[in-house]
Amino acid sequence: MEGDLAHIGAGLAAIGSGAAAIGVGHVAGNFLSGALRNPSAAAGQTATLFIGIAFAEALGIFAFLVALLLMFAV
Amino acid sequence: MSEDAQEQTHGEEAVAEHGAEAAHGADAAHGADAAHGAEGGLQIHPMDQFIVEPLFGDGPISFYTITNVTLWMMLAIVGVFVLMVLGSRGRAIVPSRAQSVAELTYGFIRKMVEDVAGKDALAFFPYIMTLFLFIVMANFLGLIPTSFTTTSHIAVTAVLAMAVFLTVTVVGFVKNGAGFLGLFWVSSAPLPLRPILAIIELISYFVRPVSHSIRLAGNVMAGHAVIKVFAGFAGVLGVGAIAPVVAITAVYGLEVLVAFIQAYVFTILTCVYLRDALHPSH
Repeated sequence: MEGDLAHIGAGLAAIGSGAAAIGVGHVAGNFLSGALRNPSAAAGQTATLFIGIAFAEALGIFAFLVALLLMFAV
Repeated sequence: MSEDAQEQTHGEEAVAEHGAEAAHGADAAHGADAAHGAEGGLQIHPMDQFIVEPLFGDGPISFYTITNVTLWMMLAIVGVFVLMVLGSRGRAIVPSRAQSVAELTYGFIRKMVEDVAGKDALAFFPYIMTLFLFIVMANFLGLIPTSFTTTSHIAVTAVLAMAVFLTVTVVGFVKNGAGFLGLFWVSSAPLPLRPILAIIELISYFVRPVSHSIRLAGNVMAGHAVIKVFAGFAGVLGVGAIAPVVAITAVYGLEVLVAFIQAYVFTILTCVYLRDALHPSH
């Protein structure tokens, strides 16, 4: 076994990526359920969809950043 | 994220050498061998593809050194230039393929700016179009095997994001004066809550360039690293390598999608920030 506590911390930070996956799935799923109810309004909201996904994803990327810092900078 | 990070990538020997190498001067060698020695688990290390190396010679890297990053950014600019010049040269009524690509891209970005940022943001359309074309071209060039992905480096995307951040801030203050600070004062909220919300809005405003740059670099880098991890499996497995090769093909298809979507997201967030600068009232 090699590695140290920083590696364990990096692995724990990767949980944040899973949390971001839940968030992105929530945004996309809700968009789809809304789009299927009113398909004619869906096309105009794809930009909003991507903005929502980007904001949900940003926090997962912060977790990824923490993992990177623990792996390479600590 | 470049040499210093690479040097500490793997194993205890890298940790042991850290003290010596952290004070790295001119002779801290860059390259895969310096990063993790001769021995190592996988033949193909997933992070080796992101090492910045000088194109000519083996000297230290200064801000003026021509590296592989410089080369591939130049190629991205040349690619955009060729696409747009070829696309706008014919001006045929029935467009050629290059003209179709150029016209569709133009229409796509123009409509995005108009829809998201408003009609008065069209003055910034050339800037946003340039951003999109550069990022999408750099992403797609990076997908060519053995090429270098410039947008996977936070140093590159941070410059792009800081440029957007400074532009938006300056535009906001020039267009609205002190009224731009209304962006942080949520007038629709109850009065006691407003100072707290102002602090939160202020923090979220300054986090923008961070998330803006790391989103692009993180997505591109993670995808390329995943491909190289599977490539490492293929090297270990020998005859059974067909499974990782299939996986690489699938991930590569996903990466083509990500290359476009991340350029799109970067551009659309630029439009969102620009809308906030032009119309700061909540």
